[in-house]
Amino acid sequence: MPRRNAPELFIPEPRLRPGDKPDFSNLDIPPVGVLDKPDEMVDFTEIPEHARSMIRVLDDDHKAKGAWDPHLDPETLRGGLRNMLKTRVYDERMHKMQRQGKMSFYMKCTGEEAVAVAQATALRPSDMLFATYRQQGLLITRGHSMLDMMCHCLSNSRDYCKGRQMPIFYTWREGNYFSISGSVGTQFSQAVGWAMAAAYKGQDDIACTWVGDGTTAEADFHYALTFAAVYRAPVILNVVNNQWAISSFQGIAGGISATFANRGRGYGLPGLRVDGNDFLAVYAATQWAADRARRGGGATLIEHYTYRADAHSTSDDPSKYRPRKEWEAWPLGDPIERLKNHLIVLGEWSEEQHEQLRKELEEEVAALFREAESYGTLHTGPRPDINLMFEDVYEEMPLNLRRQRQQVGV
Amino acid sequence: MTSMNMIQALNSAMDCLLDRDPNVVIMGEDVGYFGGVFRATAGLQQKYGRQRVFDTPIAEGGIVATAIGMGVNGLRPIAEIQFSDYIYPAIDQIVSEAARLRYRSGGEYYAPITIRSPCGGGIFGGQTHSQSPEGIFTHVSGLTTVMPSNPYDAKGLLIAAVESNDPVLFFEPKRIYNGPFDGDPNKPAEDWSRHEGGDVPEEYYSLPLRQAAIVREGADLTVITYGTMVHVSRAAVERSGFDAEIIDLRTLVPLDIETITKSVHKTGRCVVVHEATRTGGFGAEILSQIQEDCFWDLEAPIERVTGWDTPYPHAFEWEYFPGQERVLTAIEKVMGA
Ligand SMILES: Cc1ncc(C[n+]2csc(CCOP(=O)(O)OP(=O)(O)O)c2C)c(N)n1
Ligand SMILES: [Mg+2]
Repeated sequence: MPRRNAPELFIPEPRLRPGDKPDFSNLDIPPVGVLDKPDEMVDFTEIPEHARSMIRVLDDDHKAKGAWDPHLDPETLRGGLRNMLKTRVYDERMHKMQRQGKMSFYMKCTGEEAVAVAQATALRPSDMLFATYRQQGLLITRGHSMLDMMCHCLSNSRDYCKGRQMPIFYTWREGNYFSISGSVGTQFSQAVGWAMAAAYKGQDDIACTWVGDGTTAEADFHYALTFAAVYRAPVILNVVNNQWAISSFQGIAGGISATFANRGRGYGLPGLRVDGNDFLAVYAATQWAADRARRGGGATLIEHYTYRADAHSTSDDPSKYRPRKEWEAWPLGDPIERLKNHLIVLGEWSEEQHEQLRKELEEEVAALFREAESYGTLHTGPRPDINLMFEDVYEEMPLNLRRQRQQVGV
Repeated sequence: MTSMNMIQALNSAMDCLLDRDPNVVIMGEDVGYFGGVFRATAGLQQKYGRQRVFDTPIAEGGIVATAIGMGVNGLRPIAEIQFSDYIYPAIDQIVSEAARLRYRSGGEYYAPITIRSPCGGGIFGGQTHSQSPEGIFTHVSGLTTVMPSNPYDAKGLLIAAVESNDPVLFFEPKRIYNGPFDGDPNKPAEDWSRHEGGDVPEEYYSLPLRQAAIVREGADLTVITYGTMVHVSRAAVERSGFDAEIIDLRTLVPLDIETITKSVHKTGRCVVVHEATRTGGFGAEILSQIQEDCFWDLEAPIERVTGWDTPYPHAFEWEYFPGQERVLTAIEKVMGA
């Protein structure tokens, strides 16, 4: 029998649902430049505000402000802009091609481009990346062949995953980029192990890894923080808080009562909460955490505060669970627009150049896609060799698989 | 009777359960407001309220663990694991906890939970949206493992599973959510409306667990299967021209060995078909039980048709999937044809 005054089972619920008018006036977005930039080796207990407030550099007037301004040269800024735009153009093309049935599935990172692109810009090429499916900007920034990326997504005769993986589960060993898993979160603690090995070997390369807000609930997130803290592993642990995990808002992952960045503190790790749509802030926080890790200060947990602008994947329809056009009301804007406007204010870029760049990238990506298609698509044209189905299960193929391969007739 | 697809039948089962028993709750990733990525719980939160149908954090181990705790405190949770490929983070809670709770506590405690999870391939889901992991759980005593092959069974068996005081793993072959699938991907998709298994009463009913169904009677050979492969086997049998008896296991463990042995005793020939990988698959268990109980009835070695011993490969979906041809070859082989 329920007793009066007994607690009730609380089920978190987002404020707005389909049909409601987008409104983020409840969000507490701290002004630009309020946080100081401590020495990288600071004791984590001394910077509690950095895990609760927000590191921001780009202001509404498009100028860079405050202690966290990384003072990047215009060349680097234009490179970042280009890589973000290229990522978006790539996503748009691939999404469209999925809709035409050329591949089984696709996932965009629209609105979140700054996270991957700024971080790959701030890290060294030899640092090891353990990403999720939503950081394609890492590959693009590190210069992975876009043709290879497309051929993988098309599962065609040139797919380096050999036809075995769904689209977007890239792998690129040469680029120090770890094979993406379909089981969310697993890479987060693996990255810590990689970093422990780097320390063991006396390398000063670090690991960098990502999970979404929703995935912080998985045990792997907690393994990662525990092991990273215990062994002072040189790793950057990123939570990309894009507010949604498929249809579940971040409150279902525990985001209502405390920030994700603040979780680091419970494990003895510094937490930084960053405006994830601010290229400069993401760059600066990453650089800080990387320096700390390289100097032996161990891991940092960074929360990137952003918004998933589009559907979770091509299998999802967000109009069923959140207001339409909510992204347009997102108070932290569009990362590409913000960096573009910053460059314009600096006198280093113009709307015309931007349009020109977009056109160039669209043509480049479309041409690459045509080339990729000549190697086949999921359902037409050349396919990966069927023998590949049985290879790489083991280093050496066992008898049962050799027999099964014979049954397939190859 | 109404025509329902499997999603609607499952939804209807959960609707009946929520309506009859205030202790039934539904939990899982995206099952609440949205109604699940396959829409199995669509409308149920709106009808029964947030406390009875709710989203969980993305933590399969946490989902099963809290379901066990709720079950110990008198609730009857239905936990959805979004894809059976994502059940592994929950293995410890299922195997070490739910399965053995009754045994280790001398019968004091038990876990009256049902874990629903879409399984199987045929949708180009690659290795993390296509697996058939039932064999991992059939190896664990204390668990009941169920896999329906049509909407009517799905509803009746889900109701029985939830009402069972033992933990039940309820695997739903997602390829046949919308219609039966005979293994030929080039044929236009069929829906359930023209299949007898698509006739589903709207009201409450349950079907017994631990009981196989004979979906086709026959005298020449016995085909033992479950899930999607029931439909593939049926099509292969029609093509073979042999008078096969087809057994749909429905509950894998505890196994209805009597229905199997009766049939094999009659036919003397047998083919076992499942989509899951071969080595250590549930088919191996069926084979050895038949060998133990029916050795002297057998007129030919038993054949097994299964998925290959590889992860589920995205681009080779139809080379991997054990389709009609492979079932047909096995039938012809045991018939000596
Ligand atoms: C272990 C596991 N459980 C469930 C899923 C299904 N799934 C794929 S993505 C996703 C949501 C992840 O959300 P979040 O971590 O916030 O990342 P985002 O997609 O927003 O980038 C879920 C539940 C999965 N892939 N793996
Ligand atoms: Mg998210």
